[in-house]
Amino acid sequence: MISENKLFEVSEDGFYGEFGGAFIPEMLYANVKQLQTQYLDILSLTSFKNAYDNLLRDYVGRPTPLYEALNLSKKYGARVFLKREDLNHTGAHKINNTVGQVLLAKHLGKKRIIAETGAGQHGVATATVCALMQLECVVYMGAVDIIRQAPNVARMKMLGAKVVPAVSGSRTLKDATNEAIRDWINHPEDTHYIIGSVVGPHPYPDLVARLQAVISEEIMQQLKTQTGSADPDYVIACVGGGSNAAGAFYHFLHNEKVQLIGAEAAGEGIESGKTAASLVVGKRGVIHGCMTSLMQTADGQIVEPHSISAGLDYPGIGPLHAHLFQTGRALYNSITDQEALDAAFELAKMEGIIPALESAHALAVLPKRHWKKEDVIVVNLSGRGDKDLDTYMKNLPSYEQA
Amino acid sequence: MNRLEAHFTNKPKRNLAIYFSAGYPSIESIEPIILTLEQNGADIIEIGMAFSDPLADGPVIQNSGTLALANGITTVKIFNELSTIRQKTDLPLVLMGYLNPVLQFGFEEFLKQASLTGIDGLILPDLPLEIFERDYKTLYEFYNIFPIFLITPQTPDDRIHHIDKLSKGFIYAVSSSSTTGSSEGFSLSHIRYFERLQSLNLSNPLMIGFGISNQKTLETVFDNASGAIIGSAFIKNLQPSAKDYGITQFMNQLLNEQ
Ligand SMILES: Cc1ncc(COP(=O)(O)O)c(C=O)c1O
Repeated sequence: MISENKLFEVSEDGFYGEFGGAFIPEMLYANVKQLQTQYLDILSLTSFKNAYDNLLRDYVGRPTPLYEALNLSKKYGARVFLKREDLNHTGAHKINNTVGQVLLAKHLGKKRIIAETGAGQHGVATATVCALMQLECVVYMGAVDIIRQAPNVARMKMLGAKVVPAVSGSRTLKDATNEAIRDWINHPEDTHYIIGSVVGPHPYPDLVARLQAVISEEIMQQLKTQTGSADPDYVIACVGGGSNAAGAFYHFLHNEKVQLIGAEAAGEGIESGKTAASLVVGKRGVIHGCMTSLMQTADGQIVEPHSISAGLDYPGIGPLHAHLFQTGRALYNSITDQEALDAAFELAKMEGIIPALESAHALAVLPKRHWKKEDVIVVNLSGRGDKDLDTYMKNLPSYEQA
Repeated sequence: MNRLEAHFTNKPKRNLAIYFSAGYPSIESIEPIILTLEQNGADIIEIGMAFSDPLADGPVIQNSGTLALANGITTVKIFNELSTIRQKTDLPLVLMGYLNPVLQFGFEEFLKQASLTGIDGLILPDLPLEIFERDYKTLYEFYNIFPIFLITPQTPDDRIHHIDKLSKGFIYAVSSSSTTGSSEGFSLSHIRYFERLQSLNLSNPLMIGFGISNQKTLETVFDNASGAIIGSAFIKNLQPSAKDYGITQFMNQLLNEQ
């Protein structure tokens, strides 16, 4: 299930157009270089592929369903399909990546795993595979996120991971990532860093995209069976770092007939100053070892983002998306906190599915555009909403009146 | 001639470089800190340019950078504060920071300002060697700013030789693979690493940094390299309200303690 993509493939030095690269201090050079030189070879080993496929099938529960949401379809006047990544073990797409990376870490002989997490989904997915493989696991999480995603903190602890609060900066995903990278610098020999999205220095953006590409591979097979054609008209996914979107887009990147749409978190609005819409308000810059579109001051200091959704609360974006945006291959919509909440309550009431707040940003694209009756739209439902119940309950009264 | 080159020719050993975050404890303190360090025996000054997300730094330098940013430090203000420094000192001055603020300032404009200010060297730990070579090397040469790169115990010998070829002024040898300010004292593996570096016969002087906090660690480094770089220990001992920022006492203890 590990896949190739020629047209939007990363270059040998790690760039997608002018974005990407490995802007890392020398202290990380040996580890990153090792990954760069070995990841493709390891991913193409038959033993690796078999282990990965088997775990995805028997442990994660893949393939995840592609569900034609008839009530939504009726409302929006098109055929709306939901790719149910929320039904994966641990409740989000994140585990596709952690299964692959933990196998990679084993291959490299690493004994200790570190990760950053925002919503806690990647932290839980990492803690889960570490328990499975009996590896030590340390997860860095912003102190603010530890409070707003408490259920996932409890899950990580039960799974045996150590959760370390990041207390610098905005105390969210960006700062957790800084702390994870510092940990890696301080443990150069025995530790593998499982990054949670298509961000960071090369080869991470490509590595994670390949491990998430199973999403679009399944979409093609399932659509073929359900509609007779493997190609949808639209694929819509939310974009924090951009891993679920990269996975949902992957096999369609070369197919210009498929319109790709990413949903960025606008927070309180792109002009409010409280936003995480890195493509719209960002400028080219370097964050976490990667050249990308970045929210920053005129002086080049990284701006603290805002989103109601912890998993989208990131001032950068994966370099693949910066490239797809710049080349126009994909469109990106900015979705406000309020629009995401509306979409989450709508899905719950109309289809009986409570989505993650992150995924609700993708659903919120549906009312923003005009569709044709025969359009086939796939919305990647990246995760389930259990972790967000606190936020949802605070907002319940306004939806009960409606 | 670049002051770094002149300095190491005159004084090849026992050099002490001090790093501080420009703008901490205050923006106005930048110049007095440099001049007080000179009076107290520092050989080279590394002026840290604070960044919101300093990946390679430990808590002490992170914190001083955060406070400097809260004080309103910017790249422009650093150059402003340093605008008359060359009327007051001939010490080699090196700027150290992260790539992103330099990119936003404009790389060439940055090198030009640095050159006009009388800066001698630039350390950008997250600037990849290949990109330096491809895009910026000739600009550094044009503005006579020396590029200084880091090596670590994990850096293989052939890469060290490559870095030696691209570096000017000195090579910054990180004592152990860590963020700044992390390690306590030197072990046998540190000494072996220092000895390995000496055996490579590099063309640039080696300055060893990270984890040097007292006279004992300093002397070990003096025995094994051209000099030492001290950052976290210095910043930790800065006294914001003292007239000399506590620098005299710190330097006396470091250089004269038994
Ligand atoms: C359910 C869910 N969707 C999306 C994201 C955003 O990440 P990415 O953009 O990498 O898919 C997260 C991140 O935590 C998440 O938990």
